[in-house]
Amino acid sequence: MATIVQRELSATAWRYYAPLAAIGALLAAGFAAFITMEVNGHHVTGMDNQIVWGLPHVFAVFLIVAASGALNVASVASVFGKLEYKPLAPLSGVVAIAVMAGGLAILAADLGRPDRLVVAMTHFNFKSIFALNMFLYSGFFAIVGVYLWFMMERRMQALSGAVGLAAFLWRLILTTGTGSIFGFLVAREAYDSALLGPSFVVYSFAYGTAVFLLVALAASRWDGRALDEAMTRRLGRLLALFTAAALYMTVVFHLTKLYVTRYHGIEAFILAEGGVHTLLFWAGQIGLGGVLPIAILYSRAGGSRTGVLAAAALVALGGLAQMYVTIIGAQAWPQPIFPGWQESSSFFDGEIHRYAPSLPEFFLGLGGVALAAALIAVAVKVLPLLPESCTASSSPQPTSPPARPR
Amino acid sequence: MRTAGLLVALLAALAAGWAFAAGRTAKPAVVIEKPGNCVEATEVMRRDHMKLLLHQRDRTTREGIRTRPHSLTGCIDCHASAKTGSVLGEQGFCQSCHAYAGVTLDCWECHTPKARAQTAGAAQ
Amino acid sequence: MNPATRRGFIGTAAAALAGVALAPGVRLIEFAAARAPAEPASAKLRWGLLIDTTKCAAGCNDCVKACNEENGLKSTGRPRTDAQWIRKIDLKEPKTGRQHSAPVMCQHCAHPPCVDVCPTGASFKRADGIVLVDRHTCIGCRYCVMACPYKARSFVHENLTDQKPDVPRGKGCVEGCTLCVHRIDRGQGTTACAEACAKAGHEAITFGDLNDPASAIARRLRELPNRALRADLRLDPGVRYAGV
Repeated sequence: MATIVQRELSATAWRYYAPLAAIGALLAAGFAAFITMEVNGHHVTGMDNQIVWGLPHVFAVFLIVAASGALNVASVASVFGKLEYKPLAPLSGVVAIAVMAGGLAILAADLGRPDRLVVAMTHFNFKSIFALNMFLYSGFFAIVGVYLWFMMERRMQALSGAVGLAAFLWRLILTTGTGSIFGFLVAREAYDSALLGPSFVVYSFAYGTAVFLLVALAASRWDGRALDEAMTRRLGRLLALFTAAALYMTVVFHLTKLYVTRYHGIEAFILAEGGVHTLLFWAGQIGLGGVLPIAILYSRAGGSRTGVLAAAALVALGGLAQMYVTIIGAQAWPQPIFPGWQESSSFFDGEIHRYAPSLPEFFLGLGGVALAAALIAVAVKVLPLLPESCTASSSPQPTSPPARPR
Repeated sequence: MRTAGLLVALLAALAAGWAFAAGRTAKPAVVIEKPGNCVEATEVMRRDHMKLLLHQRDRTTREGIRTRPHSLTGCIDCHASAKTGSVLGEQGFCQSCHAYAGVTLDCWECHTPKARAQTAGAAQ
Repeated sequence: MNPATRRGFIGTAAAALAGVALAPGVRLIEFAAARAPAEPASAKLRWGLLIDTTKCAAGCNDCVKACNEENGLKSTGRPRTDAQWIRKIDLKEPKTGRQHSAPVMCQHCAHPPCVDVCPTGASFKRADGIVLVDRHTCIGCRYCVMACPYKARSFVHENLTDQKPDVPRGKGCVEGCTLCVHRIDRGQGTTACAEACAKAGHEAITFGDLNDPASAIARRLRELPNRALRADLRLDPGVRYAGV
């Protein structure tokens, strides 16, 4: 078996610092948004007492779910024994940590009392899936950190399989927990379902692979070469499979809800009468995020890097649309306090709750993405993460160009 | 080079002392408006008032025990400035010490620093 | 230590001591009316409301005005983000056009979803049944707002000043109806909304101890057909509604 060689990013000076500066500018904008919200209170945002979780949460939950899925490539190598993915495994681990950090940073920044993070880490109500998730997130950082160490240190590589399995199981529990944050809520007719936990696990496969593909393609391009074509095709096929599975979960979820008469109102809202939510569901989640990428990946374009890149970007956008419908669509539909009666009040009972995202929220969300990008940018420069060649064992001949001199 | 570094560090440390002695650092203005004793001895209060407040707040919020001596509204009613009616502000009882010590006060996000209109300090 | 076990211990100990100290056969009238302020809240009581909605006029807002006045809730001119601890919901039956109205506030459930989901335990149920937010521990995540079926909670969206001394509230924390806990603990015997409703002569809201069979509220609950809102959720609220 050929030895896998990974090395640091070879971009230097202007080629490295210019993109980093752009990411830094986004990060600064996100920080400014955080300060605005912290000093003035949330009334400067589009969130109110009807829509309490808004655009920042859409970004944050997407990043968290994608982070968990980004570890897939490493898991496929270590846990499922597909050695051809091994060259990309360390990068997968780093992307997982960085994107998770970005998502959690948005959540922490959006808290009403972010100065109380220490309280959040010392006072736990163990019945709360939110509190349990906090353990799962910190544990995720620890386990993936150890996993990275074992993967990148020669002496520990024999143990990397065991940690890889632990990381895989941990992230399944974590993502089930993330979905259950919504699934456990009886108060919202769009939730209250055991399917949400497993759905989020399947979504994480799709979004994680998409995000990883985007990072790997971008990092290789930044390094001045192209990601190995066979590897790109393989990952593209995986992406198609996971996207199809995600569509399946969505279909089953809505068919079940449609069968239950009492949910006809919320389903009609999401699927037909919900304006922006209906548009984002069909055009965003199903169309751009599901049907179109699968079509691209199974067509001839699915063999090329451009096709896979396009499909990955579409799946990611579809993921954001799905999170918008799941998080904000559910809040737009009012709680039925007197079922069977039409309600109206000064507290906006009984009416569809409007929501218009504001600039601070948008920049806060982008800031989290920028944080993830910044962490990855620094990591690929400092750590040997980019594989020299992806042809570790099974492929007949190497297709990537020879190493550039440092 | 090393001696120069040591000299700079020593001067910096002394400068803080000079500034304080020269009267440029505002000392806390502890203005006791109401006569009589506090609910605990002054030394105890200086050292442990934060511990008393922390303990009492859980007894009040979680268990509903609202009696003095350690109730926050009791402290405010007594210690509020006669001029402003508040424990914050220029010569505010809480503010001046905390500004001097550089300890941020989180209480006033939620609790009003103003004394109640009447019955300030009177036993209930 | 788990506040639930501490509360349970103190509640049981206080009740046992009280029972031993008093001669047998003497009714513990003090408990229902007002416990001594130095004693912790006890699980022997369960505070609740009975709202007779047949006495709720369509445009009447007396309970809402009284609550806002008592708790220092002021309008900022931004109704979508202003806190509302109680509101009148106007109801219309779609087929017949029949109209009705009812005030809705935190239902002080025995099994509150908001308490289940709070990550820090800031949303908690006191021993005597009142569901509160401990703003010292609240991090403002708004998960309880997502979880409440009655839309009882509000998030404070701006800096606040001039709070009532007995009702601390501030930016970044979540809040809701406290059943006027500061009045109850001091023995004032009833909530601001119930008092205002009675004073205005409507007598729609009764406050009292659900656990005391001799209390006014317990008697009326036996006389009037009443129900909990969203009884299908089995949350066992402390607020009951008659006439709707």
